[in-house]
Amino acid sequence: MIATSPNLKAISVVGVGYDHVHVETCRERGIAVGHTPGILSDTTADMTMALLLATARNIVPAYNHVQVSKQWKYYDPNILWGTDVHHATLGIVGMGRIGHAVAKRARAFDMRVLYYKRERRPDWEEELGVEYVTFENLLEVSDFVTLHVPLTEETTHLIGEAELALMKKTAILVNIARGPVVDHYALYDALKQGQIAGAAVDVTEPEPINTDHPLLSLDNVIVAPHLGSATVQTRMKMATMAMENLLAGLKGEQLPYGVLQPNFPR
Amino acid sequence: MSTARAFVTRTLLPEALDIIREVADVTVWPEETPPSVEELRRHCGDADGILTTIMDRVDADLLDAAPRLRAISQLAVGLDNVDVAEATRRGIPVGYTPGVLAKSTADLAMALLLGAARRTSESERWLRGGGWQIQFHPTHWLGQDVHEACLGIVGLGQIGREIAKRAGGFDMDIVYHSRTRYPDAEAEHGLRYAEFPDLLAQADFVVLSVPLTPQTHHLISGPQLAMMKPSAILINVSRGPVVDPAALYEALRDGQIARAALDVTSPEPIAVDDPLLTLDNLVITPHIGSAALPTRLNTMKLAARNLVAGLKGEPM
Repeated sequence: MIATSPNLKAISVVGVGYDHVHVETCRERGIAVGHTPGILSDTTADMTMALLLATARNIVPAYNHVQVSKQWKYYDPNILWGTDVHHATLGIVGMGRIGHAVAKRARAFDMRVLYYKRERRPDWEEELGVEYVTFENLLEVSDFVTLHVPLTEETTHLIGEAELALMKKTAILVNIARGPVVDHYALYDALKQGQIAGAAVDVTEPEPINTDHPLLSLDNVIVAPHLGSATVQTRMKMATMAMENLLAGLKGEQLPYGVLQPNFPR
Repeated sequence: MSTARAFVTRTLLPEALDIIREVADVTVWPEETPPSVEELRRHCGDADGILTTIMDRVDADLLDAAPRLRAISQLAVGLDNVDVAEATRRGIPVGYTPGVLAKSTADLAMALLLGAARRTSESERWLRGGGWQIQFHPTHWLGQDVHEACLGIVGLGQIGREIAKRAGGFDMDIVYHSRTRYPDAEAEHGLRYAEFPDLLAQADFVVLSVPLTPQTHHLISGPQLAMMKPSAILINVSRGPVVDPAALYEALRDGQIARAALDVTSPEPIAVDDPLLTLDNLVITPHIGSAALPTRLNTMKLAARNLVAGLKGEPM
């Protein structure tokens, strides 16, 4: 696409991830690239908790029971049992801004919070009361595993057959990072065979996901159509930042939120 | 002394039943549906102790039919189905299960609040119906931010406080209203007290966690819904009759408030032709406030221990 746009000076992404932009080509061509980091961390963390709690407490099956299939005929204290979130163990894989915000929320539920990332952050351990563990240990002991890594070559299919096998049979996987971080067919197999208890994903591979994808045949999976940053307030902020980036790029000025700054001859 | 007889009105997990079996012969109602009024009277006829749920009306009529009854243990925190005054007058202690299920109910309140804010159930249903054709659309399915939003908690008992604690993790601005002020909770959770109309006017999210009493019946009705913001979201985890269902239907239909999520309805279950079930901006869950493990097992064990204490004449 960049090849067919000879006048292109600036690409302004509405979002944090820019894995769909070929940055090397932009660098060679002197095209500025901007994105919208920071302001969607809290909204994405809110969504992470929404998905985690919905899966833990069977909100979607409950909604279906009452409002879709209309099967609620009497009070039954023995249906739709979920898992307590309070005092459960949450494992955060990749702790950047979003992971940090998730950890803060989880601690308010008295969750035990473990994290794994390439560089340890003892200051965050102190601030939030989170514990650093190895990747394998996190998978083995967590009741909830949530992924907050960017999509790179290393993180593609980070969660595959082997990783799902390490997880607890009662565990729930939450993915709000990028679809290809998880091997979807391995996830389907693991859920079908009861290797893990449930999953909630805001991102899929591909997007949109086909309605006849095997994952959608399972009732212990929640799929959201990439809504991590989808609130009125945050989309307004993202649009404003993206516009500021675009205007700066067109003028050859410093982008306020730049991945690649303009490289124009003066 | 002959062995005491206990009647348990719904199936419990074996670990909890075993606790009662140590001191009594236990009869467990075997059906999934609750016992009718006649069946309840019949089984209580020779019972020394009963373990009840919110579906069982324990009133003077039932107590008249249960001359040996000396202990009532409820598997719940709310006791609006039990005439506690009448039981007390007859010297029958009534047990309940506070504390143990407050955290799980608060978890559910947050699950409903976040789900309504981010439209999880609605968007999932749309997706499964084939709606997701364009990968990213800037204005599809926009929800409301929870972080830094204003939360209004009505009723600051144990569940209200647990909700306040969780909301703190989202940096919510938390205002509460209850009959008494709680300066300790205000300090601990950073809460502001407000009069009820002020709370309704300010809140982006209103959570109801009051007991059901004559004063809280239809606490939320037409006038209260009119005071709320058009973008506001109402969550009810208390008791169905705290909200006037006809008024709620109109408010949601006409956009007086944006969305609601209810774990309790009036009546329960809700009738399949209730107009509330035609709304897209409403999520109803079938009274699953504390339906989570390990809490449900712990609640059953507590109710069992309460019953045993009552049968032994010890404090519950």
